[in-house]
Amino acid sequence: MGGVISKNINDEQSYAILGCIIKVNNNYLMRKILNISIFSISTICTIFTLSLLFFVFSYILYQGITALSWDFFTKLPAPIGEGGGGMAHAIIGTMKLLFVAVLIGFPVGLMGGIYLSEFGGRLFPAGRGRFVYSVRYAADLLNGIPSIVIGIFVYIVVVLPMKHFSTLAGGIALGIIVIPIVLKGTEEFLRLVPSTLREAGLALGMAKWKVILTIVVPTAFPGVATSMMLGIARVSGETAPLLFTAFGNRYFSSGWLSPTASLPAMIYTYSISPYSNWKQQAWAGGTVLLVLVLLTNALSRMLLRRKKLRTQ
Amino acid sequence: MKNYARGGNVPYRWEDPLFKGVTFLFALFILLLTLFIAFSLLVHATPAIKKFGFEFLWGTTWDPVSEQFSALPFLYGTLITAVIALLTAVPIGLFVSIFLSEFSPRWLSDPISYLIDLLAAIPSVIYGIIGLFVLVPLMRGNIEPALSNSIGFLPVFQGPFYGVGILTAGLLLSMMILPFIISISREVMLSVPQTQREAILSLGATQWEMVYKVVMPLSRSGIIGSIFLALARALGETMAVTMVIGNNPDIPLSFFEPGHTMAAVIANEFTEAASELYLSALIEIGLILFLVSFVVNGIARILIPGGVRAA
Amino acid sequence: MKSVLEVKNLSASFGPHPQAASHPVLKGISLSVTAEQITAIIGPSGCGKSTFLRCINRMHEVVHGATVDGDVLLNGKSVYGKGVDPVLIRRRVGMVFQKPTPFPTMSIYHNVAVGLRLNGLKKKAVLDEQVEVSLRKVVLWDEVKDRLSQPGTSLSGGQQQRLCVARALAVNPEVLLLDEPTSALDPMSSGKIEELLRELKKSYTIVIVTHNMQQAARLSDMTGFFLMGELIEFDATSKIFTTPTDARTEDYITGRFG
Repeated sequence: MGGVISKNINDEQSYAILGCIIKVNNNYLMRKILNISIFSISTICTIFTLSLLFFVFSYILYQGITALSWDFFTKLPAPIGEGGGGMAHAIIGTMKLLFVAVLIGFPVGLMGGIYLSEFGGRLFPAGRGRFVYSVRYAADLLNGIPSIVIGIFVYIVVVLPMKHFSTLAGGIALGIIVIPIVLKGTEEFLRLVPSTLREAGLALGMAKWKVILTIVVPTAFPGVATSMMLGIARVSGETAPLLFTAFGNRYFSSGWLSPTASLPAMIYTYSISPYSNWKQQAWAGGTVLLVLVLLTNALSRMLLRRKKLRTQ
Repeated sequence: MKNYARGGNVPYRWEDPLFKGVTFLFALFILLLTLFIAFSLLVHATPAIKKFGFEFLWGTTWDPVSEQFSALPFLYGTLITAVIALLTAVPIGLFVSIFLSEFSPRWLSDPISYLIDLLAAIPSVIYGIIGLFVLVPLMRGNIEPALSNSIGFLPVFQGPFYGVGILTAGLLLSMMILPFIISISREVMLSVPQTQREAILSLGATQWEMVYKVVMPLSRSGIIGSIFLALARALGETMAVTMVIGNNPDIPLSFFEPGHTMAAVIANEFTEAASELYLSALIEIGLILFLVSFVVNGIARILIPGGVRAA
Repeated sequence: MKSVLEVKNLSASFGPHPQAASHPVLKGISLSVTAEQITAIIGPSGCGKSTFLRCINRMHEVVHGATVDGDVLLNGKSVYGKGVDPVLIRRRVGMVFQKPTPFPTMSIYHNVAVGLRLNGLKKKAVLDEQVEVSLRKVVLWDEVKDRLSQPGTSLSGGQQQRLCVARALAVNPEVLLLDEPTSALDPMSSGKIEELLRELKKSYTIVIVTHNMQQAARLSDMTGFFLMGELIEFDATSKIFTTPTDARTEDYITGRFG
């Protein structure tokens, strides 16, 4: 039985199976070449993908650093034809929009997530299954709806009745986008809390709501906070839903019921404009936005990673 | 819990149901919100649906002046840009996930995946300015002439080089959906049991044969799911596409020519829509977008195994 | 008596970090495996017996950062020699794992044929015949001949393990390695596998790792006792289980530790 014994172990020329001679070397060379080719192609593809990231990042920084100045953060846009100016109003606008988004997205996502994790499925498996499933499905769907469609919806239910664009409308649109992100994160991380902790609390005679609010949620908080930060990172760069909700503004927007500028919308408007000064400003805005979004995203993921390591 | 139910002397017998009720209302709110989005889109699209019927889907006229609206150019543009994006991103994405899950050790694969996930976090408008100021000149000056010279016998690679256009939008989209394909495919592949890999290796398989015979078949549904998720992203992507597609409500033969997508026409014309019918037609396009993303995301959700998280 | 495998001063460790290097999993193992015999490796869990097995067909290095020192000779030629491709070694050294690992996406037929096809055998008639021969060798043919196109995972645990043996035999290996092949099976199925191995040893050289001392005593011709990465004793099975030389071997087989 077995292979033909030859001088070198790799030089095994052929071996027989039921009289059928298998020419190992012919076949083996092709297999080896194929393996090496696939390895090379996949390495090249990985390097290519990584270089895309570095290119986008470094190109934006390169263009933006030269365009950035202190004025960018403190001044209003300069009139067309004049140099200088800044996007102070858009930075403030983005902050106000994010504030409204957080006010809507965090509580709804958090409370909904608590329901799905603590009252849906595991503790009361029967009966509620279909409802919990539908909520999860709705959240996934909400997460997948193109953000511009959310913009249309908010236009219909907020802008049309109020008859004008507003910070409030823009914030609501962003808030709706935040909801499913926080909901999924909350549910996922609450479920990671061992049920022994819950039982320990209940065994002490605590009410269930107290167990949830004082034991379960605090234990899962790093994870929940991470999903909240990821939610902020995601919507702080959203442009499409703001186009016809927050609209835009060349000045500071007062209060919550008037149109407001936002950083991403300003970048859009300025980059498609024909004025080179505006294009410079768009690069500067892009730099600020990219740094803001990537820092939030990277920081929250790092927090999550460390937390995961500790619990495993 | 049982003890409380027996009516013991418990001070919080009303608090728990109250708390549960409150969280239930929030969960219900999410469900109703989603339904309400669909409903309000439908209501406001009704004038256009009534006026144009199914003609809306296959007519090619989009003329706000004469109030003739039909969406085929946008459906075509959305579909073609998404297909171009998938055709370029899927092979690259699969090779990258094979590299990350099979060829590279964890200490290398984890940080790379982390960086690639960051690619998914870059805002759409940033891709847009990169597309507008870098990709468009590159397409006009180099890529489109090169394509025209090499495979210009295909009608889709003929004609003048605009820079902005369907091909440019498709390639920009492929960049944006790449991280979705990679992060999910990699996780699905990593979840294939090590024992399966070792079993085929022990028969004398090369690493590629291991991937092809065992890893890929076992992660097939997750990989296809990741492609559908990426497709959903590509179909709904707005800003970056709006900035490079050229905004031309026609069905051009050549991929070099400007076109339009559903999301882009909404972004461009929504605030200019003066008449109710015009607005309604745009909302109907939004409704179509909603339904398409509902279906495509639904398929992705079925195919991607639970526990695998999207980027 | 021809020696098929010659293990020379073999050491192995996991991971490149210094801690792993200073605590190798295997320390200077030397032994020789005789043709057409069953050689059993016993020892408490964590003693390195699985790693030993995985070093023979170069499976150990599949784990990133794993290191090997020393040499293994397969029919007189070094397995770790310069330019030797593990892919070719693994074709010549079959392996069966602790848990049955049929490929779920392949039919019973393809599970057995996959190794041959990888090695370039394409003729349908030859494939069919070799699949039947291999399945007959593991006494599975009569049970599955009518459902060869069903997935390999549709079989029972014991049948799956026999399918895995057939899969390994199909490519005509020179040595068959088994890593606790019955530990995941019920006593009935384990018995069948043991019976099968006794039959196979007439034409194959078999190395089996087991934590079950009775199994080693029943099946094997030679037995090696591993402890903390070292080969304490290697001798005829009858000798190991009756009059071991080393006190630690005696402690282990009489159940005083481990």
